[in-house]
Amino acid sequence: MIMVTKLPKTDVVTVGVGWTGGIIAAEASKAGLKVVGLERGGNRGTANFAMKHDELRYAIRGELMQDLSRETLTFRHNRDQRALPMRQYGSFMLGNGVGGAGTHWNGMTDRYNPYDFEIRSKTIERYGEDKIADGLLIQDWGITYDEMEPYYTMFDKMAGISADETPLRGERSEPFPNPALIHGPELGLFKEVTKKMGLDPFTMPAANNSQPYKNPDGQHLATCQMKGFCERFGCEYGAKASPNVTVVPTALKTGNFDLRPHSEVIEVLHKGGRATGVIYVNTRTGERFEQPAEIVAVTSYTFNNNRLLLNSKLGTAYNPETGKGTIGKNYCYQVIVGTDGFFDDRKFNTAIGSGGLGATVDNFNADNFDHTDFDFIHGGSVIINQSGKRPIENNQVPPGTPKWGKEFKNQSIKYYNRSLNVHAYGAVMPHVNNYLDLDPTYKDVHGNPLIRMTFDFSETDRKRGHFLNEKTKTIMQEMGATHVSENTSVEHYDITTYQATHNTGGVIMGADPETSAVNNYLQMWEADNVFVVGGSAYPHQSGYNATHTLAALAYRASEGIINYSKDGGKLA
Amino acid sequence: MSKHDEKKLDAKGSSRRKFLKSSGMAVGGIAVGGALGGLLGMNGKGEQPPTDTATEETQPAQQHDQALEYFTNRADFDLLGQATERIFPEDENGPGAIGLGVPYYIDHQLAGKWGINAKDYRQGPFFDDKTESGGEVRLGGQQEQPYLGYQSQLRYHQVYDLGIEAIEKYSQETFNEGFTALDGEQQDEVLVALENDEVDIPGIKSSFFFNILRQSTLEGAYADPLYGGNKDMQGWKMKEYPGVQLRYKPEQVESKEFIDIKPSSLHTTFNT
Ligand SMILES: Cc1cc2nc3c(=O)[nH]c(=O)nc-3n(C[C@H](O)[C@H](O)[C@H](O)COP(=O)(O)OP(=O)(O)OC[C@H]3O[C@@H](n4cnc5c(N)ncnc54)[C@H](O)[C@@H]3O)c2cc1C
Ligand code: SF4
Repeated sequence: MIMVTKLPKTDVVTVGVGWTGGIIAAEASKAGLKVVGLERGGNRGTANFAMKHDELRYAIRGELMQDLSRETLTFRHNRDQRALPMRQYGSFMLGNGVGGAGTHWNGMTDRYNPYDFEIRSKTIERYGEDKIADGLLIQDWGITYDEMEPYYTMFDKMAGISADETPLRGERSEPFPNPALIHGPELGLFKEVTKKMGLDPFTMPAANNSQPYKNPDGQHLATCQMKGFCERFGCEYGAKASPNVTVVPTALKTGNFDLRPHSEVIEVLHKGGRATGVIYVNTRTGERFEQPAEIVAVTSYTFNNNRLLLNSKLGTAYNPETGKGTIGKNYCYQVIVGTDGFFDDRKFNTAIGSGGLGATVDNFNADNFDHTDFDFIHGGSVIINQSGKRPIENNQVPPGTPKWGKEFKNQSIKYYNRSLNVHAYGAVMPHVNNYLDLDPTYKDVHGNPLIRMTFDFSETDRKRGHFLNEKTKTIMQEMGATHVSENTSVEHYDITTYQATHNTGGVIMGADPETSAVNNYLQMWEADNVFVVGGSAYPHQSGYNATHTLAALAYRASEGIINYSKDGGKLA
Repeated sequence: MSKHDEKKLDAKGSSRRKFLKSSGMAVGGIAVGGALGGLLGMNGKGEQPPTDTATEETQPAQQHDQALEYFTNRADFDLLGQATERIFPEDENGPGAIGLGVPYYIDHQLAGKWGINAKDYRQGPFFDDKTESGGEVRLGGQQEQPYLGYQSQLRYHQVYDLGIEAIEKYSQETFNEGFTALDGEQQDEVLVALENDEVDIPGIKSSFFFNILRQSTLEGAYADPLYGGNKDMQGWKMKEYPGVQLRYKPEQVESKEFIDIKPSSLHTTFNT
């Protein structure tokens, strides 16, 4: 028996201190609750990023990411296959350390569309029930955009979002706190061309501040210096809104927040439908502790939110044979397609940029266009980024160029500042065969089962992908590219190439305990004092960057936690 | 008999010749055997008499990181260097892999945590049945497996050892000569075979080794010079990539014209 030291009880414990854990820590501690933040990784801040302009260390080797030698996940496309471990990073990267992936995100900040929250009702209303393909488990979220709006605005103000107008998105109750970032000629070209095509381009809302800003909690954010090394890197200026420069110091300032790095939670303890606390390991000393708590907030990103519940036997696991149970259900990702354009007669300073800097159109997203003649629903955002291109990762060459040798070298050098990329984040609809459960074979460093992902694109995802890829190609051609790349393959999901860290589902929200795991305060139906917060709550994955919605839900969950601490009971 | 139709550099530029001269070992093309001979990559073959007249005094400042941390046999290092040079050759744009220090970059990486896959998930069982897959697993189940990324139990330094050995063996079998004795086109033929899974490497598909070699070469060409490649930021200069800049001014961000920006590296960041 490993000895476990029992600690004094706290009001709230968070499992992980990234965006969601940080927001809950700030809100609950401001309201006077005692919060313990358990984070498996170390602490870090602006001072740790002075040497960060290092593509090899941070972008290629993933310095800030979860150490896969300790823990990973396993993957297969369908139930007939043997799942094997993701031994190295590919399609997405997992955060680790105080701030989570929020420390090294790009900062692109999108609200989901009003259509998303009522996707099932609105699809049936406009097109009839037949429009929903067999096998898709789409359902309403149990909340509307109007109910979400105040929480989105809270995040905008806390993070100092820089943006102007966002045509074809939901209405905002307040203007953005900062003006949109300035941009280079490539974004200008995209806007000009898409406008001519009758579309509605705009600069993407960014968490990379366009001017010095003081947020409502009194935290200061600096002006973004546009020097790239943003996505996968920390910000040495404190210009990118991250938990480290916003919600974490806000929580600490209250005196009610006890931040414990190097603390990895391995189990949620529970009895009779109530959690009593968590067990965690000090990852440096190996000591084990029991942290009793009135409320447990599970804020450890989609994969560990699912894994921790399943390993703790909390909630009912989804069974794909019977369709019963909820934990693990509706795992989704995005179908990401794009077009590289090669310009023989134009050159851009592609190193200049900021993680969240981009221009986009929403005309092909959500239900912003008539789907009557298409055999899929939803869509995606079409984007051009100016994030600061890095030279190891970017060696694009026109189609037909060899992969190595003299011609490759010459073309990859020639087109380095002469190529641009337009891509689309396509929505993915939940399918009966796509889910998360525990792997029967592979274990983490503590001997606990890894989470197993069973996922592939379903037919309508592929169609959506093709549709969007044609759009990115057309736009690139209109922009005047001399050569364009071939379309992205969407036959099968590829776990080996980076696409985006937008993994969702498994602990989904809704109005019905039969088909959802948490209510619209992200409170577990099967355990009143457990709140499971993150992209894990999305019943489907939309065609946007994922963080704004999970952060808004964290504000909503904070409100729920504060209310629950007073009166208890089910909040919805 | 000689098939050298192109100028080839050895993996460390010309300093070997200088060493040989200053040590007096190669004078007259003496065949040197044993460990030292192996280290010097001579292995009994005659070395060309040096023709340059460099002396200790005229040599550039020593680059102390240009020595070997991982490879023990110079011949392996030279083979590696020449393979990377074919992937990323010297041309009108500027230096190739050897001139950029890529072989040193790879040597140093293999000696460190990347070389032992320290941050990879390393628990078994490993499904890397060579007959069906190699580094790319497609076996199991009733259906074809998806591509699941690296699944071999080999660590990267072992992949390199086996890969280099296989290239040498393939060259001998195909051309009756070692890889470094082949001319550029023949070396390309070997690399094409490697890329097309036609070279036998225990435990992995040869294309896997090729891809990793190509990736390492690009890393060495463009990573911060701190890591031993991208010598004098020449990789960045070729790409007109400015490296480490602490800020770009609004007029640079918005400039309609391309602006030349002098590159800078982490050495400058750290020492100013
Ligand atoms: C390179 C990159 C770029 C991105 N760019 C964007 C973007 O531009 N726009 C956007 O919308 N999104 C972006 N994202 C996604 C964004 O970072 C995430 O959506 C967001 O951080 C999720 O917040 P979270 O709180 O759910 O998880 P995280 O922020 O990842 O925090 C979870 C924390 O929990 C900790 N944890 C996990 N398990 C345990 C455990 N057992 N015990 C203790 N602690 C644990 C982790 O270490 C981590 O710190 C990006 C992600 C990456 C990796
Ligand atoms: S680009 Fe801007 S926000 Fe990003 S790391 Fe640099 S200064 Fe910070």
